[in-house]
Amino acid sequence: MLTIETLKEENYDLLIIKGEIDASNSVLLDEKMQEMKNTGSKLILVDGNGLEYISSAGLGVFMSYLEDFQEEEIALKIFALSPRVFEVFKILGLDQLINIYETKEAALEA
Amino acid sequence: MNYQLKIYCKTTALADLRSFLQTTLSELNLSDRDQHQLTLAVEEVCANLIIHSHQCNGSDQIKLEVKESPEKIIFEITDNGKAFNLLDYEVPDLKKVVSEKRKGGLGIILVKTIMDEIEFESNKGQNTCRLIKWFRS
Repeated sequence: MLTIETLKEENYDLLIIKGEIDASNSVLLDEKMQEMKNTGSKLILVDGNGLEYISSAGLGVFMSYLEDFQEEEIALKIFALSPRVFEVFKILGLDQLINIYETKEAALEA
Repeated sequence: MNYQLKIYCKTTALADLRSFLQTTLSELNLSDRDQHQLTLAVEEVCANLIIHSHQCNGSDQIKLEVKESPEKIIFEITDNGKAFNLLDYEVPDLKKVVSEKRKGGLGIILVKTIMDEIEFESNKGQNTCRLIKWFRS
């Protein structure tokens, strides 16, 4: 089960992910990311507090946008990942490529 | 102890696979982190088979057996599709994955990092992939 909610705030867009991302539903994350990119968002915050599981299908979606975001100067920040999900980002070295923070406040301040 | 599950080759079956693994692995003396990572590695292999070897053909099946001994746990994944030997694939360079905007290849890094040993054999159309994790005291 996966739900992705989007919220447009004054200075950023918020993506709230809840549930599990795998090969059956990673397309949903892709659609939301594309939507954010298309609407001209410059700062995308991803709330990972409710993200219970992510397989390579979901991680690949984040990775596939990194270069476009860099070119278009869009900042992507993920916060509040559970330790076990964060560990998976670390195995792949994604913690070196994506800005990951403990809290939303830390993500906004950075 | 031995546990077994058969799933149909559709990506929606991955959730069933995870819940089976969660139940099975929770009976073993593993950390939350290890349970999570072993589940992920097994799912990555099964997702690969479902998508690439079986083209999500819902009438095909994959069998998973979990064999536990005091020293190790073996996940034996059997199917009759096009042979997909993980060992033939090199771990891709992460920077290359980013620059080519590829969504694939990450699963292989996860499986090879998480597991201690990977075995593959193909015999008369039946493929067996064995993922082995040694328990460390």
